[in-house]
Amino acid sequence: MKRMFLFIPVVLAAVLGVVLFAGIGKDPNKLESALIGKPVPEFLLTDLHDEGRELDPELFKGQVSLLNVWGTWCPACRDEHDDLVWLAEEKGIRIVGLNYKDNRDDALDWLDKLGDPYQVSIYDPRGRLGFDLGVYGAPETYVIDAEGIVRHRHVGVVNEKVWEQDLEPLIEQYREKI
Amino acid sequence: MLRPVLIAFFLMMYGPAVTAEPSDVYSFDTQQEEQRFHNLISELRCPKCQNQNIADSNAPISKDMRDEAYQMMSDGASDEEIVGALVARFGEFVRYKPQVERRTLLLWATPVIAVLIGLLVVAGIVIRARRNDETGTALTDEERERASRILAGDSSDRTS
Repeated sequence: MKRMFLFIPVVLAAVLGVVLFAGIGKDPNKLESALIGKPVPEFLLTDLHDEGRELDPELFKGQVSLLNVWGTWCPACRDEHDDLVWLAEEKGIRIVGLNYKDNRDDALDWLDKLGDPYQVSIYDPRGRLGFDLGVYGAPETYVIDAEGIVRHRHVGVVNEKVWEQDLEPLIEQYREKI
Repeated sequence: MLRPVLIAFFLMMYGPAVTAEPSDVYSFDTQQEEQRFHNLISELRCPKCQNQNIADSNAPISKDMRDEAYQMMSDGASDEEIVGALVARFGEFVRYKPQVERRTLLLWATPVIAVLIGLLVVAGIVIRARRNDETGTALTDEERERASRILAGDSSDRTS
């Protein structure tokens, strides 16, 4: 019995080791969105390409979309841009752009030069919709299902690996539900 | 001769004070309101720079959160409503003081559990020591006599 007690420190160390090991490689900067399973927040913002056209959450109804939050001030957005164009052109994904805390002319310039992967572009110069979505660092990419419900958030750059591992399976899954 | 020195002196004294302007200024009717606002933003965590509260953080998102908190406070919202509105957007993560609920119960209970375990260990040690006393690890009269003889320097009694 007494000998058993001698093993307690070893057991404790092993348990602690397992707990700490489980944390290795997890990025603490990636937070689960508070909006998973909830509809896209209400908004009424103009189209980036057309000041006179107002957009609201209805634009998500009817098909599964990616909602990509970007700005010309954001270097990582430049990184992922080519991959977004690839997704839109090669994979036929519907990407909705949320131009976040940006300037209309700069944004249009950027899309002119680098290509426009967005079927719809929402212009949010003051970041209201971004704030309501809980955006804390661009770029962020959301999977929105055909009912306008937020299903997933990816913080950081979208590339082929992220697409294959996270986004594509979800898009497939929610497309089947239509 | 003296003037440049004086000018340099005043520049040194007041230069930093002039340049260090607060990034955003909120106005309050009463000191209590100001204190309340300060307490509130000190307890909210910045989602971007994760080890800072939104009062200290310079991240744009923290400013947005402070603005929202100020706006809601000006509209007469309670502290819970303000924190609730931010949690609804950014998740439980932004609370420095997590709510007591099923998921956080272990977190809140850990200090109590640790103290209880400590008390158990201490109690165990004390009880065992007592029991040893009773079961007679203490010296018998005969042994005590022998011990005092040894201590007195009578080497003839040593066994080894």
